[in-house]
Amino acid sequence: MPTFVHTEKCDGCKGGEVTVCMYICPNDLMKLDVEGEFTGHAMKAFNQEPDQCWECLCCAKHCPQQAIELRPFQDWVPMGGKAIPLRTDQAIMWTIQFRDGEVKRFKFPARTTPVGSIDPYGNKPEPGDLDSPLLFTESELANVNPSA
Amino acid sequence: MSEPSFGNPEVVEIETDILLVGGGMAACGAAYEAKRWAGDDVKITLVDKAAMDRSGAVAQGLSAINTYIGENNIEDYVRMVHADLMGITRDDLVFDVGRHVDDSVHLFEEWGLPVWKTLDDGTRVDGASWQKKGGKMLKDGGKPVRSGRWQIMINGESYKVIVAEAAKKALGMENIYERVFIIKYLLDANEPNRIAGAIGFSNREHKLYVFKANAILNVCGGAVNIFRPRTTGEGMGRVWYPVWNAGSTYAMAAEVGAELTMMENRFVPTRFKDGYGPVGAWFLLFKSKATNGFGEDYVVKNADMLKDFAPYDEAAVVPTCLRNHAMIKEMKEGRGPIYMDTPTALANLAETLTPKEVKHLEAEAWEDFLDMCIGQATVWAGLNIRPEKDKSELMPTEPYLLGSHSGCSGIWASGPDDLNGQPDHYHWGYNRMTTVKGLFTAGDGVGASGHKFSSGSHAEGRIVGKAMVRFVRDHKDFTPTFSQTIEELEEEIYRPVRNYLEHKDKTTAQDINPFYITPRNFQQRLQKTMDEYVAGVATYYQTNKILLEEGLKYLGMLKEDSTKMRAKDLHELLRAWENYHRLWAAEAHLRHILFREETRYPGFFYRADFPGLDEENWHCFVNSRHNPETGEWEMKKVQWVPLVDHSTGYKAGQGGPGEASKPANV
Repeated sequence: MPTFVHTEKCDGCKGGEVTVCMYICPNDLMKLDVEGEFTGHAMKAFNQEPDQCWECLCCAKHCPQQAIELRPFQDWVPMGGKAIPLRTDQAIMWTIQFRDGEVKRFKFPARTTPVGSIDPYGNKPEPGDLDSPLLFTESELANVNPSA
Repeated sequence: MSEPSFGNPEVVEIETDILLVGGGMAACGAAYEAKRWAGDDVKITLVDKAAMDRSGAVAQGLSAINTYIGENNIEDYVRMVHADLMGITRDDLVFDVGRHVDDSVHLFEEWGLPVWKTLDDGTRVDGASWQKKGGKMLKDGGKPVRSGRWQIMINGESYKVIVAEAAKKALGMENIYERVFIIKYLLDANEPNRIAGAIGFSNREHKLYVFKANAILNVCGGAVNIFRPRTTGEGMGRVWYPVWNAGSTYAMAAEVGAELTMMENRFVPTRFKDGYGPVGAWFLLFKSKATNGFGEDYVVKNADMLKDFAPYDEAAVVPTCLRNHAMIKEMKEGRGPIYMDTPTALANLAETLTPKEVKHLEAEAWEDFLDMCIGQATVWAGLNIRPEKDKSELMPTEPYLLGSHSGCSGIWASGPDDLNGQPDHYHWGYNRMTTVKGLFTAGDGVGASGHKFSSGSHAEGRIVGKAMVRFVRDHKDFTPTFSQTIEELEEEIYRPVRNYLEHKDKTTAQDINPFYITPRNFQQRLQKTMDEYVAGVATYYQTNKILLEEGLKYLGMLKEDSTKMRAKDLHELLRAWENYHRLWAAEAHLRHILFREETRYPGFFYRADFPGLDEENWHCFVNSRHNPETGEWEMKKVQWVPLVDHSTGYKAGQGGPGEASKPANV
C-alpha cells in the first residue's frame, strides 16, 4: 500500500528546510535522504516505513512536483491498479487505472473559498458571559425535554 | 552546553495557561473557541505530533458529516446513540454535543467546506454547484443531502485543511508546536490529583519539550493497531481508523490516575474487505443490501437470534454490534463471503435516472472512497472490481478503541451543569474535565458518549475550550510544580535512545540484540496477545476469564520489557512511545472486559463464559482508575441515569425523517 517517490520527479523541495511530504505526512513516514545513505539517491525523499502507511496520500496531494504515487500493498492487491490525485486549491482530480487497463477520471470540489481566506472571528459576535453554557457564536440553547 | 545531538537534546521549557495536546477536530474546535474567550490575557499553546492541516482522523478527508441534527429532535439523537451503544451512554454528554454540533457544521460551510444540497425541485447537487442554482447555506435554511437521519453528504477532501486553517489563524502559529509528541502528563508536586504539565520531544530536532500548564486538554484520538490487523505484510498500515492513533489519550490519562469509563467497549466496523472502504453511503444513500454468500439477508434471517438482546434489537436503527453478530454467525457457519450487492443497488437507482445522472451516480460512488479511503479505490482497481458489475466482499475488522465514532471507550468526564434531570455524579465541576483537576478531554477521549464523529468532536472541543478558559480564570493563583527534575524526565524519555546507543554494537545485526526490543516487535507482541487472548479476529472475537487472565500475564511481561525498547533515531523514538501508549490502552481494555461479566456487545466481542446480556446486573457504567501512587487498578460499577425516555427509541420503523429502514449508523 505504500507511497513511493519517482526518482526523476523529486527535487527534494530544492533544499528547503523540510520537504513538503515530510512536513505533511501524518505518520512521520517521509524522509529526505540528504546524503543518499538510505536509498542511493541524495536529496530525494522516500517512505521510511512503508508498512505503516495509511494510504491517505496527503504526501502525493501536496507534493509540488507530483513525484509521489501509491503502489497498492503487494501482499494482497494484484499489480497494476492506481489512483492518482491532482489537487488544486478548489478541487481534486483523480485518475483511476484498473489492472486491466481501463482508466476513469473524476473531478470533485474540495473547497468553496480561496485558500487562506478564513477570517476566524470576522463578523462574529463578541464573547458574552463566560459562565454560561453558550458558545460565543450562540444566542440560545436547548435543554432536555424528557418527554420530547 | 554542547551542541544538541541524538541522545543529548536541548531542553525547551514553556509556560502556558492552557495546553492543547493534539491537533485533530476536537483540538481545532478547542483552539477556536478558547482563543475567543481568552483574548490576550490567557496564553494558549497547542502541540501536535503531526502537521495540523493533515493530522487526526480527518487527515485524509471525509465524504460525509455523520452528525448534523438539523430538523431532528436532540432527544432523538440521544436515543439513537443510547440504543446503538446498547443502552449505556451518558445522556448529558450526548445531549450537550447535540445542542452545539450544528453551529460547528455551519462554521465549516462558511469557511469553505462544500456541502451537498437538495434543491427545491428535489434534485441533489454537489457542494460547489448549488450556489449557481439558487441553493442556500445550511444556516440560511439550505437543505442538505441526507444519507441517513443524522448524516449529510459533503465533498470533504479538504475538510481538515479548512478546519485547521481557522484554528491556526485563531491561535497564531507562534503558539503552535507541530511535530512534537507528548508522551506523559505530570501531576503537581504540591496539590494532589492536580495536573501541572506535560513532556514530550520533537521528532524533527534534538529537543525535549517541557510544558508547564494550568489546564491541559488531552485529545490525541483513539487506539489503533493494539490488535493484530487483518491486513498483513506491507498492508499493515492500511487499517480502518488512522494508524497513528496510538491510544495516547487513554494511556496518558490513566497514568496520572484519571478515571476511565467503558473501556470494555470497542468498535469492530464492518467494511469493504481489505481496503476498509466505507459502507455508509452504500447502505444509506445507494440503498444497497448486504447478504451472505448465498444471497440471504443475514439481519432478517437472524432476527430471532437478535431477540436475545432485547430491547436493543427493536431500535429504530439496529445497533451496529447486533448487525455484526448476525453477520459473524453466517461466517462461522460457513456461509460466507459476506457481499455488498452494489450492482443491484445501482441498477435499481438507474431505473429512474437519465444516462447523465447514472454517470454522476458512478462518480458519487467513487468519491465516497476517494474522499476518505483511497486505499479501497486502489483495491478495487487492482482487483478489477467495478461496482456496477461486481459485488464486493465485506468483512468485520480488527477491534478499535474510540469514543467519537460508533464506540464509547474513554475517560469519565464531567458534563454540563445546566441540564434538566442530571444526577450529581454526572458533573463535578467544569464541563469535560476528567477526575484529575485541570485535565480535560473531548472527541475520542470522552467515554460513554459516542456518535459525535468529526462535527461533534469539533463541537465538543469548543465546549471544553470555553470551560478551560473559565477554569484558568478561577485558578489564577496556581503555580505548576513538578516533583521530578528535568534530568530525571529526560532520562526516562530518552531511555530507548540510551538502550540503543549502549548496546547496538554488541551484535552484528542491530535488530537482533538480546539487550533491547525494537518498537516494531513490541507492537507485534502486543497485537498477538490481544488478538489471541482478548477477543480479536483469531477467535472470532471470543474470550473468557481464563484467556483474559493469561493475556494479562503476558501484557505484564510486555510492560516490564517496555523499559527495554530501543530507538535508533527520532522516528523510532516516536514509535517506541506510541507503542507504550498502545500497551496502556490495551491493558485498560482487557481489565474492563474481565470485570464486566456479560456479553453486552455481541458482534464486537463475546464473553463466552457469560454469553448473555445481563440488564439486571450490568446496565451500568464500568469505571476504572489506575492509582499512580500504588500502580494498582481499581474497578467499579457506576450507576446509569437516563435524561430522556428511551423506551420510545426501541420501536422499529419510528425513525423519523430521512431514516433508512435498517442499516446501522455507520
